[in-house]
Amino acid sequence: MKLKLLNFEEQVIPLDTWIQNGVDWLVSNYRDTFQVIKVPIEKTLDVLQWSFAFLPPFVLIALLALAAWRYAGKRVMIFTILSLLLIGYLGLWEDTMITLSMVVCSVLFCAVAGIPLGILSGRSDRFEMILRPFLDAMQTTPAFVYLIPVVMLFSIGTVSGVLATIVFALPPIIRLTSLGIRQVHPELVEAAVAFGATPWQVLRKVQFPLALPSIMTGLNQTIMMALSMVVIAALIGAGGLGGPVVQGLNTLEIGLATIGGLAIVLLAMILDRITQGFAKAR
Amino acid sequence: MGDKTIKIKVVDVAKIFGPHPKRAMKMLKNGESKETIHAETGTTVGVYNANFEINAGEIFVIMGLSGSGKSTMVRILNRLIEPTTGSVFVDGEDVAAMNDQQLIELRRKKMCMVFQSFALMPHLTVLENAGFGLEISGLDKETRNERALKALEQVGLDGYAASYPRQLSGGMQQRVGLARALAVNPDILLMDEAFSALDPLIRTEMQDELLKLQSRAQRTIVFISHDLDEAMRIGDRIAIMEGGRVVQVGTPEEILQNPADDYVRAFFRGVDPTNILTAGDIARKSAVTIIRHKGEGPRTALQRLISHERDYGYILDSERRFMGLVSTDSLKEFIDNNGGQDLNPAFLPEARAVQRSESMQDILPEVTARPWPIPVLDEEGRYLGVISKNQFLRTLQRGHEESAKAASAELSQEDKTI
Repeated sequence: MKLKLLNFEEQVIPLDTWIQNGVDWLVSNYRDTFQVIKVPIEKTLDVLQWSFAFLPPFVLIALLALAAWRYAGKRVMIFTILSLLLIGYLGLWEDTMITLSMVVCSVLFCAVAGIPLGILSGRSDRFEMILRPFLDAMQTTPAFVYLIPVVMLFSIGTVSGVLATIVFALPPIIRLTSLGIRQVHPELVEAAVAFGATPWQVLRKVQFPLALPSIMTGLNQTIMMALSMVVIAALIGAGGLGGPVVQGLNTLEIGLATIGGLAIVLLAMILDRITQGFAKAR
Repeated sequence: MGDKTIKIKVVDVAKIFGPHPKRAMKMLKNGESKETIHAETGTTVGVYNANFEINAGEIFVIMGLSGSGKSTMVRILNRLIEPTTGSVFVDGEDVAAMNDQQLIELRRKKMCMVFQSFALMPHLTVLENAGFGLEISGLDKETRNERALKALEQVGLDGYAASYPRQLSGGMQQRVGLARALAVNPDILLMDEAFSALDPLIRTEMQDELLKLQSRAQRTIVFISHDLDEAMRIGDRIAIMEGGRVVQVGTPEEILQNPADDYVRAFFRGVDPTNILTAGDIARKSAVTIIRHKGEGPRTALQRLISHERDYGYILDSERRFMGLVSTDSLKEFIDNNGGQDLNPAFLPEARAVQRSESMQDILPEVTARPWPIPVLDEEGRYLGVISKNQFLRTLQRGHEESAKAASAELSQEDKTI
């Protein structure tokens, strides 16, 4: 018998089966635990959804227009008002509010987790080295791969959508926070230490304020990534603007899918311009 | 002079960078060179066997070329860099043995640093930068603004309190860096190549500023420099470092007279020429001379100085004998007061000429003490030329044979009265 060295046809590592079994085991034994994990997200999302639904459209339009005018100027303000009116008259107001609350909720959690993680990885090479492969995986793994386990563990719905969104949108804020901290000139840190600053003072008085523009850019990128997950989240019943898009694709209603897509783009542009202006204003 | 108290005492300090400090220390004790140690252990010797004392109220310059360990040395003083072995006593307390809290106290109250790169906070105003050290030690805003403003006044920048560092020139930024340290009112100032990033004119100005500040409040200043001119200009005492070792400590004159080894000698570019060359050897006719005659008055003298872009004019009589020294300022004042035709009242009273037979060593104090080039006279009191600080230093930096040749060649070449 001839010895085959690289017999890829017959020698296969059954990693797929192991993962399958692992997830099954998690689902059957720890589903309750995972249900508890999602409680904080659920509560936050409830509050946000309730507030956005409670606010009359004109109040929300006025608030966003005010923010746009304050941070991005008159032209963005006019653009914001016209876009939101268009979304309303397209009959997508309710979906937009759901999407907005999902985006705000996931960005909130991304910021709360991402900024401290980014600071840690900015100050420690070892931490960054450990964190990096995870961030790479979060950004490049096709969302569909983790949607099924997420659904199995957390069941379908908006909360699972938010969870999937957090996974996808978290890396940029971590990366850019870390970058911002690392870009602070070492002489400035040395100067602060030479004047008797504690590590906490170095962070608070030198590193954080100087990294802020970079952190704001990270936040902006996180918002954009979160919006781009809207359609995919809709596949697991998350609702919002992804709904009409998915429905339109399934039933070949090109028009419905297009107006859903248009609303997402408009919302993205509004949020992008406002947060970018905000980052620059600092 | 009598009651010198020791402010900082450095005892057996060594700093080894890299993975095997103990092995490297052993090899150093066996007299191995820095290069061998680096090749065998991968460690770098930053500072080794440093022992010296710094007196209260003096300007102590640590001088060396890049890689000599001087920047490491100054950072060991406030423990920005941990020494591998040894002690640094500040007012009798060992900095190397302090815990975090004591160390922070020392840096906040006693020892402030001024950096080569200024290291100002770009997100803070000039006033906030000047008050940065006070903010770190937790002072309330009102007190620290008040003290920061006073410090800015001391360096002449109180008008720029609301500006941001990027709006200021390099020299002004370093004034802010200085004010930031002064605001804390520390006993000790550590200045790490503080003026090296500035252009020569501004550098001299900042040195003068520092000496002025020092004359008002006697602090202990540890000044790191690679510039011989700077070290001689401001240093009360100088320590010369080479390859991590302190090779000589002394006053500029002591070091100039008795260099400890070849390295120190090399620092002064070969053999010390000051004992060999005389004032006559290095005098140059590069200054504006004004021969007294009937038509010459203060206005024409001033005009000639201005057109030659010189600040000082040397007044000679018709026999070329030296009469006195005038400056553009003294002439202007003289003209403003309507002093008439006779120039004598415009002479600078401190001006003194030296004889051509005096050695460079003898004329050193006069050359360094005066802003103007010193006039050199022959035995009959006739004007031969002038010696500027620059000329003096350039001669120091050459080998004596070379410089003697060059000086005499230059003398004949440039023998034209402007």
